[in-house]
Amino acid sequence: MKNWLMLTLVGKDQAGIVAKISQALFDLKGNLGETSMTRLGGNFTIMLMVCTPEKKSTVQEKLQAVCDDLELFFHLDEIEGGLHQHVEPDVRISIHGADQAGIVAQATDISNKAGLNILNLESDVVGHPGNPVYILHMEGVAGNGIEVLDKSLQIFALENDVVVHVTPIDTMVG
Amino acid sequence: MALLNILVYPDERLKQVSQPVKKFSEELNQFVKDLEETFHSFPGCVGIAAPQVGRFERIVLVDVSQKPQHVNHGFLVLVNPEIIFYDGTSLGREGCLSVPNYTGRVQRAKLIVLKAHDVNGEQHEFRMSGYEARAVQHEIDHLEGKLFLDRLVNRRNALTKRTELSL
Ligand SMILES: [Zn+2]
Repeated sequence: MKNWLMLTLVGKDQAGIVAKISQALFDLKGNLGETSMTRLGGNFTIMLMVCTPEKKSTVQEKLQAVCDDLELFFHLDEIEGGLHQHVEPDVRISIHGADQAGIVAQATDISNKAGLNILNLESDVVGHPGNPVYILHMEGVAGNGIEVLDKSLQIFALENDVVVHVTPIDTMVG
Repeated sequence: MALLNILVYPDERLKQVSQPVKKFSEELNQFVKDLEETFHSFPGCVGIAAPQVGRFERIVLVDVSQKPQHVNHGFLVLVNPEIIFYDGTSLGREGCLSVPNYTGRVQRAKLIVLKAHDVNGEQHEFRMSGYEARAVQHEIDHLEGKLFLDRLVNRRNALTKRTELSL
């Protein structure tokens, strides 16, 4: 049984965060698993799985030194599970329209009720600052089928004056 | 008949460029039969290329007939295939027998015109679109020593970068 830790990290974006954190984990004989690292606004965020023979307290200490230096906040959790547990999405949903309060909450609530299990979601606010546009992408598994999901979301689209595309994901394996 | 072993990345041999078939022999026929048996032993798989089983010759099999929602030409043996025309682009998700447990989004031409020999050396021309065209492009990549991993489109940028990509 391997010991996996989940590292959650956030802070003001600056050059070298990824390299310095990766190096610190490497120094702890850590192997990285699945990771998500991205800039959100002016912040840099990391969520990553790391497997290391060191104790959580040792990892904590080492990262604390690096993060203090870079003024980053982080959190470590012992997690169950590991690699090779990918779930394949069968549907992709994109939504865009004039930015309005509650759009993610509504869209995800409707999707959830229509059987969608979200595997990933990304959203952006783009366009002119005075007239922002919201863009949302989700991928997931449509537990009740894609038609049911599409029907619910098209009603949502009409009611909220946004555009919703529901596209089946038919993975080509060869 | 025999089931052949699939090379799995990071096996370096998957990066090898395959050579054209020169002789349409009985031995080639026999190999294609084995390749077909291997291919059909993977449910859901719609294509296979000879280098995936360690034979570095330009032979691919494609069969989209199990997915009738996609227009297709049925079971195809394509020897020395050559794409002579590309048009349009489409983003779709791909996986690979040689890259287990991973799928990703890849940009491909939407429509292709393909020239290829059959197993007896006769030449044919096909016009393909969508899913079947994607399968053929994926398999021909194997002949060039390329994997779909070489063509992944980043999720977050998939929308904005699509017009910047060249095929
Ligand atoms: Zn492949």
